[in-house]
Amino acid sequence: MTDAIQIRGLVKTFGRTCALDGVDLTVLAGEVHGFLGPNGAGKTTTLRCLLGLLRADAGSVVVLGQDPWRDAVDLHRRMAYVPGDVSLWPNLTGGEVIDLLARLRGGLNEQRKRELIEAFDLDPTKKARAYSKGNRQKVALVAALSSDVDLLLLDEPTAGLDPLMESMFRGVIKQWTGNGRSVLLSSHILAEVEALSDRLSIIREGKIVETGTLTQMRHLRRTSVTAQLRDAPINLPPLSGVHEVVVDGHQFTCQVDAQALDQLLPVLASFGIESLLTQPPTLEQLFLQHYGQQVA
Amino acid sequence: MRNFAGTFTLTRFALRRDRILLPIWIALFPLLTVSSASATIALYPTEQSRVVAAGAINELPVAVALYGRIWDPTSLGALSLLKLAAMGGVMIGILAIMLVTRHVRAEEEKGRTELLGAAAVGRWAQLSAAMLVTAIAMLSIAVISGIGLTAVGLPMSGSFAFGFAWAATGMAFAAIAAITNQLTVSARAATGLAMIVLAVTYLLRALGDVGGDAGNPSALSWLSPIGWGQQVRPYAGDRFMVLVIPIIFSLLAICAAFVVQSRRDLGSGLIPDRAGRADAARSFASPLALAWRLQYPMLLGWLGAYAILSLIVGAIVNDLSNMLDTPQARQMIAALGGSQNMLDAFVAMEFSIIAFVTAAFGIVAVRRLATEESLGHTESILATSVSRTRFVMSHLSVAIIGTLVLTLVQGLAFALASASQSGTTDRVGATVAASLVYLPAIWFMTAVVIAIFGFAPRQTFVAWVFLVSFLVIAELGALLSWPQWVMNASPFAHISRLPGADLAWMPMVVLTLFSLALIIAGFIRFRHRDLETA
Repeated sequence: MTDAIQIRGLVKTFGRTCALDGVDLTVLAGEVHGFLGPNGAGKTTTLRCLLGLLRADAGSVVVLGQDPWRDAVDLHRRMAYVPGDVSLWPNLTGGEVIDLLARLRGGLNEQRKRELIEAFDLDPTKKARAYSKGNRQKVALVAALSSDVDLLLLDEPTAGLDPLMESMFRGVIKQWTGNGRSVLLSSHILAEVEALSDRLSIIREGKIVETGTLTQMRHLRRTSVTAQLRDAPINLPPLSGVHEVVVDGHQFTCQVDAQALDQLLPVLASFGIESLLTQPPTLEQLFLQHYGQQVA
Repeated sequence: MRNFAGTFTLTRFALRRDRILLPIWIALFPLLTVSSASATIALYPTEQSRVVAAGAINELPVAVALYGRIWDPTSLGALSLLKLAAMGGVMIGILAIMLVTRHVRAEEEKGRTELLGAAAVGRWAQLSAAMLVTAIAMLSIAVISGIGLTAVGLPMSGSFAFGFAWAATGMAFAAIAAITNQLTVSARAATGLAMIVLAVTYLLRALGDVGGDAGNPSALSWLSPIGWGQQVRPYAGDRFMVLVIPIIFSLLAICAAFVVQSRRDLGSGLIPDRAGRADAARSFASPLALAWRLQYPMLLGWLGAYAILSLIVGAIVNDLSNMLDTPQARQMIAALGGSQNMLDAFVAMEFSIIAFVTAAFGIVAVRRLATEESLGHTESILATSVSRTRFVMSHLSVAIIGTLVLTLVQGLAFALASASQSGTTDRVGATVAASLVYLPAIWFMTAVVIAIFGFAPRQTFVAWVFLVSFLVIAELGALLSWPQWVMNASPFAHISRLPGADLAWMPMVVLTLFSLALIIAGFIRFRHRDLETA
C-alpha cells in the first residue's frame, strides 16, 4: 500500500521570506499523523501545497499517489480539507454550505451528514454570518466528513471548539480513521496531537526537526513534576529517568520519563507529600529543551 | 460626550482608508457638471432659443417627471444643468449611501467594530465619523462644482446654489443610510433598503413635479430629498433658505440613528435575519450555481432599473428630439461626427453612454472573483474537486450573460416605448441593434478584469481607472478636439454609432479577438499562480 502523503525536500518562498525550507514528511496509509509546530512554522503553507493551492518551488509532493498541483481535481475527490480560519458566504445557511462543498467534492452522504450535525449540535438553518468561529468550524468539519474520502487535512480543527465539542471531535475522528483512511492533523497543542495521533512530525522554521511514534519520542512524554514536601529533600538518591531536578527548600521540581514515575513517587512520599502537581510538557518547554530555542 | 470619544481619530482613519477612492469620487461629480454645462451652453446662445427649449420641456410631462421643471425659462444655467439636478441627486445619494454603509454596517459585519469598540471609543463614534467623512465629501463636491460652474461662465450665486443643493441632498441620503444601517444586520441589506428609499423619493418628486403648476410643484415634491435639492432652484431664484429643510431633516434622522445605536447590541439590527433552509436545493451543486446564487440579486436590481429607465427615456425620445432640433444643435451634433437625423443622433448618444454603465456591471460581476479569493472562499472551493478554469468560468458567465441580457432589455424596452409613441415598429430592430453593437467594447472591459485577476488579483480596481478614462474620452474628447490616438485608445470609440451610421464589423471582430486573448492570458496565468491567502 502506498503512503498517503510523501513530501521530499519541499521548498516554498514568498518574496524574500522562506516559508518552507526543505520539508520531508510521510503520512502512512491508515494513520493519524500529528503535525506539530508553533505559529508561523509553516504548517498551513505545507497543507496548502498538499492541496495544490500553492505551487512548490522545489522538492516533490505526492498525495495518494498523485501530484497535487497537476491532478488537483481528481485528487480532491479523495481528500477533504478543513481550513484553520473558516470563511463562509454570509448569506448562505450552514446546511447549504455543507451540501455544496460535499457535492463539489463528488458526493454527499446524507445519513452521515445528519448524524454529524446532531453530534456537533449545529443549527444548519442559520445564515453563515450569524455563526461563531466554532460553529463555522463545525460547518467545515461536517462538510469534510460527509464525503467519502481517503484523506483528511485538518488545520488546527479544534481552535474554536469548546471542551465538550473537542472530545466529540476526537471521538468522530477516531471512528472515522482506519480501513486505510488517513488524517494529517496540524496543531500547536501537544495534548491534542497526543490524544489522536499514531505518529507525529514536528516542524520549526520551515523544517521538520523530528518524526516518529509517540513511544519513539519518549523524551516528548516526560512529565513535569512539582511537589511541596513536608521535610526538605536532602540526600536524594540518583534515579534513572528523572531529569533536571531542582530543589528549593521544601519544593521539588523535575522532568520525569513515564516509566520512571513508579520509582520517583515512593521516594517523594518518604519526605511526606503536601501537594503534588504533574503536567505534560508544553510545546514551548519542549522547544526550549530539545531545540535550544525560544518559541516566538 | 463620552459617546463621541474617538470620533476624530476614526474620521482620520476613515479618510486614510478612502484616500484613493474618495478623491476620485469628489473629482468626478464636478467634472460631470462642468463638462455637461459647457457642452450645452453652446447649444443655446440666445435667450429666444432657451425659452423655446425650456417651454417645450415644461410642456412635456414625461420630461418633467424624469428631470423636473425649468423654473426660469430664460435661465441658461437652469436649462444646461436640468439633467443633473434630479439625476445628479440620485447619483450623489448613491455615493452617500455607499460611503455611510462602508464605514458603519460593513465594518460591524466584518467584526472590526468589535475590535474598535473594545478600545476607548464611544458608542456613537463610528457613526459620527462616517457622517463627518460624508459631509467632507459633500462639501468638497459643492465648493468645487460651484467654482467650476462659475469658471465656465454661469452666474456665481446659482453655481454655488447648485453645488450646495447637491450636497444637501447627499447629506439627507447619508442620514437615511445611517438609519437603515441600524435596522439591518448585513451591509448589503442596509444599502438595498436605502436604495429603495432613494427610488421612492425620486418617484415622489416625479409625481409632485408633474402634478404641480408652472409656479410650484405639488406637496409630494416637498417629501423628497431630491425634490428639496431641486426646489433650491439654482439659476432660477437661488433659494438658499430651502437648504434648511434637508439640514434639519438630516440632523433629526442622525439623532434617531443615535437613539437606535444606544439601544441595540453590537452586531444586531432591528430587522432580524430569518432562518433559511437546512439543506441546499438539488441543483445547488456547482461553482456555476454558487456564482449565480451570489450575484443574481444584483443582476435583478440592474434589470429593473434598466427596464424602467429605458421605458421612460424611450417614451420621450421622439418628442425630445423634435424639441432639441435647433439649427445650433444640428451643427453641434454634426461637428461631433453624429448623424444629421436628430432622432438617430439622440438614440446613438444615449446608448453610447449606457454602454459604459453596462460595462460597469460586467466589471463588478467579474471582480467578485478577486473578492472571493481575498475572503478565503476560493480556498474552500478549490480544495474540492473543482478546477481553476471551471471556477473562473462561473463568475465570468455572470458577467457575459448579465451584460448581454442588460443590453438586450435596455434596447428592447427603449425601442418598444418609442414605438408606442410614434405608432410604428419600423425602428425596433435598428434600435435593438444599436444597443447590441456595444457588446464587444463592454466585454473587452470584462476581459481586462480577467487578465488583471490572473496576474495581480489585488489590483483589479485598475479596471475602473480604465473605464473612467474611456468615459472621459467619450464625453470630452471630441468637444476639446483631443488628438486621434487618444480617442483611439478607448474601445468604445471604435463602435459604430448606430442608428444613422454605417455598421463597421471589423473593429467589433478585432475587439472580440483582443478580449479573447486577454481572457485566455488571465486563465493561463491563474492556473499557474499561487492562491492569494488571507
